[in-house]
Amino acid sequence: MITEFADPFDALFNLQKALEGRLASDWLHDQTTSQGPFPPINVFQQGDDILAIIELPGVEKDSLQIQAKENTVRIAGRKVVAFPQDVSVHRRERRAGEFDRTLSLPVQLDPDRIKAEYRDGILALHLPRSERDKPRSIKIS
Amino acid sequence: MAAAQELQVQKKRELETREETTIPVRQFLPATDIYETESELMVILEMPGVEKNNVSINVEDSVLSVEGRLDVSKYQGLQPLYTEYNIGNYSRSFRLSSKIDQNKIAAEMKDGVLSLQMPKVEEAKPRTIQVK
Repeated sequence: MITEFADPFDALFNLQKALEGRLASDWLHDQTTSQGPFPPINVFQQGDDILAIIELPGVEKDSLQIQAKENTVRIAGRKVVAFPQDVSVHRRERRAGEFDRTLSLPVQLDPDRIKAEYRDGILALHLPRSERDKPRSIKIS
Repeated sequence: MAAAQELQVQKKRELETREETTIPVRQFLPATDIYETESELMVILEMPGVEKNNVSINVEDSVLSVEGRLDVSKYQGLQPLYTEYNIGNYSRSFRLSSKIDQNKIAAEMKDGVLSLQMPKVEEAKPRTIQVK
């Protein structure tokens, strides 16, 4: 008899499936400056708040600039790929250049509580929804 | 701002292998730069999200294989709203043209970019021959 066990990969597959499914979603449609420019962004919901995960391999922490206002977050910076002189280059696939992207969200943010973490080439932005924006229950008097 | 200089998104290429993996996890090819100097071969791979402890580098029969595993536990319990890229492990191998001194390979991981410094063995280095 096969007993039920927690499959550690289930979480990954479900997430991968969900990520794929969301590619067709129109959430945020026309709201980012455009879907294509660097860097690619994944947006997740975490309770009331929003978590944006951005892939920025090879970008130095100090060259990243993050600004937030009302419902938009701007991520700008520069990615440098340098080759030393006098080498013969066999493959050149990594891209470099400047980037500037603004993400608009359908909710108001609390810019003072935004937390940004950058590790292993991944930028995680914790974007808390502004208290003003949250729904309130109204008591019937 | 110069529009021509705008950085474009590099679509992740998925690995195509003859064999299938036992676990149906996605495998991507890391974007790679390779260059060679007189004394060494440098291989630079982009593997965003991979911690340095989850990288394995192997040179066997002049084939270099690099694998990076993603820590999925961080993604647990997240509800995707809007996505532009998928995640998975990274894997890529290269057949090396020059002999590499396997004991002297140095690897460094920084900001999701793995740099491999692979010194050539003495015989593979170019040398000038004096005409007597």
